[in-house]
Formats: sequence, structure tokens, C-alpha cells
Amino acid sequence: MPLLRLRGVTRQVTLPDGPPLEILRGVDLDVEMGDHLSIVGRSGSGKSTLLNILGLIDEPTSGLVEIDDTPLARLSSGERDRRRGRDIGFIFQQFNLLPGRTALDNVMTPLLYATGRQFWQRRRLATEMLDRVGLAGRLASTPDQLSGGEQQRVAIARALVRGPRLILADEPTGALDVETGASVMELLDGVAESSGAALITITHDPNVAALARRHYRLERGVLGPVDAVRVAALAAGGVTL
Amino acid sequence: MTRWWTGLVGSVVEAWSELRIHRTRVLMSLIGVGVAVAALTTVVAGGAIVEQSQVEQYERSSGRPALVVVTAYDPVTGGAPAAEDLGQAFSTAAERYSITWTSRVYNTGTQVQTPHGVLESSMLLVDADYGTMHRVSLAEGEWFTDRDELRLAPAVIINEYLWNQLGSPALQTHPTLDLLSGEQPVTGVIVGITPSSIYDTWPTVTALYSAVDRLVANSEQQYVSPSLEMWVPPENAEPLQEAVRRDIAGALGDDIQVDAYRQDYQTWGDGGDPFLVLKLMIGGVAVLILLLGALGLLNIALVTVKYRIREIGIRRSFGATAGRVFFSVMMESVVATTVAGIAGVALSVLVLKNPLTAEYLFAFVEDVPPFPVEAAIIGLVTAVGVGALAGLFPALVAVRVKVIDAIRY
Repeated sequence: MPLLRLRGVTRQVTLPDGPPLEILRGVDLDVEMGDHLSIVGRSGSGKSTLLNILGLIDEPTSGLVEIDDTPLARLSSGERDRRRGRDIGFIFQQFNLLPGRTALDNVMTPLLYATGRQFWQRRRLATEMLDRVGLAGRLASTPDQLSGGEQQRVAIARALVRGPRLILADEPTGALDVETGASVMELLDGVAESSGAALITITHDPNVAALARRHYRLERGVLGPVDAVRVAALAAGGVTL
Repeated sequence: MTRWWTGLVGSVVEAWSELRIHRTRVLMSLIGVGVAVAALTTVVAGGAIVEQSQVEQYERSSGRPALVVVTAYDPVTGGAPAAEDLGQAFSTAAERYSITWTSRVYNTGTQVQTPHGVLESSMLLVDADYGTMHRVSLAEGEWFTDRDELRLAPAVIINEYLWNQLGSPALQTHPTLDLLSGEQPVTGVIVGITPSSIYDTWPTVTALYSAVDRLVANSEQQYVSPSLEMWVPPENAEPLQEAVRRDIAGALGDDIQVDAYRQDYQTWGDGGDPFLVLKLMIGGVAVLILLLGALGLLNIALVTVKYRIREIGIRRSFGATAGRVFFSVMMESVVATTVAGIAGVALSVLVLKNPLTAEYLFAFVEDVPPFPVEAAIIGLVTAVGVGALAGLFPALVAVRVKVIDAIRY
């Protein structure tokens, strides 16, 4: 049973003066537990829109989105929010850490929306998670006291602290230099693999895309597979997407 | 149930964390609310003190509720019944209905000898109970007791104005006062001084009614009888008033007209609350103060939410439901204004109960009312209400935020 299934998903937006704009067209995708997918595409190709639909933030105009075989349309807004909190972890290009809060507070934030053990033991869980991403010594540091790489590690810890089954990373290395980006991706890949969660990375960077096991390209709203050999060649340089 | 409980605790934790992070902004916005609540509480509490002072003033002039006055006269001749018969009928009736607080009251004038010559003075003759029934307060000395009835030289209480005319003699020296209105001049012993305001420029003398024969000329007594006052529980005032009137009328015979009526402030006006106007004024001022505080808070809260849209979007992406965001933003406002409310009430208590201000504020009040609990409750409830109202609009704005747009904001 796929964790997430998309069939014929389209997404249109209505423009005030003009015909509707088609951002996604007939997208089909199955995501299994433990999968590692990369989606590449140019700016404006619909990557973020697809990510929002995968993350239950946005709804398709038509088509079917199922999570654990349950159609998205059958879930109430609150239920969708709760599922998102429980099953999906987001990592953003700009980290999106809450300003003014310490690394520990940031990682504890998703646990505030959990119940039971996760809620009551949020401090311990967040501390353990930060330890796991190598930031045990920076618990009390606020985002402005952390380097870009450290901030992204905090963001990774925050995305993973509730043990999501799907991790959505939107240009996770976009704001980092090559070396830091590589170490962050290594960490993300390792943590996702050890937890058995599916990881979908949306990126411009062929090196980041090459780390995935399945590769997709989004062009003018149409999602299609990309040959792994071609991605490896891209990562090696010389070939463009 | 678990979800509700963790949701509630989580919202409070979130709200508190927000307040901690934005403490400077919160503090600035809450100063207005705190001051407004302090002002509101002080105005309400101050109103209670003013009301108490007004009540005491009314009680001094017309007696404590329920004060019933009985008068008797001959409607044909205009003359008075024999004071002895009237007194006897009154005390019999009072005894019959177990009325313990009674006084004969006789208002007249006299002349008093002072170092500056003879002065005209008003004179009030009463029984000892009158002091309690009319909440008489003395600047010096003590009110009459039953033992004063036995004095050969009648005990007198004079006002401060007259006392000053006499050179303010110390009461321990048992100063005397010559009263010239009786058949013979009478020397009274001053046992107490009633306070005089700066506007009080007329001498007054108060003495026990038992000395009436010595202090008032016989010719006057034939035409004027004392009025009779009784202090009874307000809930029984009406039946007692009628019963006493009927008994006295029966005892004095058909020729004498007997009237009984309540004189205390509770019966003034058309039976409504005599302090209604005062209360409405205080309430109006309080509401205005509060509105100003609330508007300031609402303004800051709305601007703040605009700045926090991105943060709200991030929280939504981690599973915060719309309801939870609404509740958290609302809770943040309520938690903050509750803290401000407590601070405001505390400030108000400090203002009203600190010895420096209390001495001035309570100078005219005999029974200083405790800090009114209702003022504190009104202050706190209002703070919570203002918090909820000021939080409502930003919370609605926060809920309408689209997650995607908010994250990119």
C-alpha cells in the first residue's frame, strides 16, 4: 500500500484577467515508505505547488490524492492538519526557523501539536533529536547565532522530531554552500533511511538529485521520470537538464 | 479528551512562549491595558468610597435607614400635646414592638455667653441613642451616655466653631458654657466637640432632652413638642411605622393628629437608587477609560499579526489546525491582558490603600470601606474580556492566512 498516491492531479489558478493558469497537469505519483525521490525542474515549473499538494497544504483542482488509501477529499480540514503534523515533515530552503526562539524551542514546536507521550516529553525528545543532528551543544542558540548549515540541521531536527513517514525537502541546500549542502544532505539522507521514512527532495541541484533512488522532472506542470544514468551524468557536470 | 487537554495546555504554553519572546512589544501594549484596568478599578473602588462618604453624610443629617419620625400636634389649635404624655406614649409603643433605638428630637435656638459677648446659637435636644442613630462623630470628647442624665449641670456638645469662639479650652479641664434661653441661665459642661467645616459659621449646641425644662422656656414648650425618632430594620419599617403611629394616636386621643414617616435617604426621590446618577457617572468614565485601553491593544494586536503571518504559516505546516491557531492567538491576548489586569488591580489597591493617599482619601469617611472586591472582580473580568475582544480580530485574521502564502510571506 503506497503511503501517498497521486492520480491525474491537476492544479489551476484563476487569474483576474486571463484564462486559468494550469500549473500541474495529470500528475501520477506513488510514494512508498523508505522511498527517496528527487524532483527537478526549472523555476515556475510547478515544483512548489506539487510539494504543497504532497504536504496536504494545497488541494488539487482535479484528480485523486490518497494518503494511506484514504482520499484527501474525505478528510476534514482539521484532520488534514493533524495528519500533516503527524506524518509529514517539512524542510524549507530558507530554513524557516522561528525567530527569537532557541534551537530547542524550534524543535519542540511541532511537538506542541502532538498528543500523549510526544507532547508531555517534548523537551527530552527535542534534545535527543538535536543531539542526533550534531547540535547537542547549541540547544540554547537562537537562529541568528547559528550558521546556515546549523540552521538547516535545526530545521531537519524539527522536521523529524515527530517521526514523520514522509519528509518533504524544498531546495534543502539552496541557501548553503556546496560543502555544507553536501553534509546536510548526507545527514538528511541518513536520518530518513534509518527512520524508514520516505524522502522527497525538490531541487535545482543535480548533486542533490543524484542522492535519490528515483528521479523525476517537472516541466510545464507535467511530471516525468528521469533516467538515473542521466542524473549521474548531470551531477558529474557537462550536461544540462 | 487527551487531544483537548494537550491542545489546551499546548495553547497556553505557546501563548506564554510568544509573550516571553515578544516581551518588550507585549509590555508596551499592555501598559495601556494595565493602566486602564488600574484606572477602572480605582474609579469603581473610589466610587464606593465616595458613596460611603455620601451615605455617612446623609446618615448624619437624616439618620440611618430605616429612621422613622413620629410627630404629633393639635390640628385645630396648632399646639403640641403635653410632652410628658407624648414621651410616655412613645416609650410604651417602642417597648411593645421591641424597638431599642429611639430618641426624642427637639430643635430650637438659644443664646450662649462667650468671651466676645452673647451669641445666638441653634440648639438640638436629643436622647443618647441619637448619636448612634445619626452616626454622630466627634472631633473631641465623647457622645452622651445615660450617666449624663444625672448631671446637675447639663452636659453639652458644641460645634468646633463655637469651641473656637470660647478659646478652644481643653475638655480635660471641664470647660463650661452659659446657656441663656431657659427660665434661668444654665451652665452646661462641655463634654464633646463636633467637627465644623470652614463653611460652618454658626454656633450649635447639643444637649440631652432630659434637660429641656432647664434649657427651653416654658412658653415655648407649650407650642412645640419634640419629634420622636426610631431606628428600625428597613424590612420591618412600614408595619412598625403604622403600628407605632396607631398606638400613639390611640394614647393621645382623637384631638391630636399623629403622623409617622421615614426620613432616611433610602426613601428620597421616587424610591429608586439615590446613588444611581453617581454610579452612572462613574460607570461612564470607567467605560471610556477602558475603551481607550482596548483600542490601543487591538491596534497593536492587529499590526502584530501582520508581522507574524509567516510564523503562523510555519506552525500550520507542522500540524497546527486553524482552530488551534485561533485559540493560541486569542489565548495570547487573554493571558497577556489577565496579567495586565492583575497588575492593574494591584496598582489600584496600592493607590487606594497606601497610607499617604488613604489619609487624604478617607478623611471624610468614618467607616472606611475595605477595598471593594467587586471593583477587583470587575477590573479582572474586564481585562479578560478586553483580551478576548482584542484577540478576536487578530485571531480571525490568523485563521484566514493561507499556509503557502504565509510561509512565503
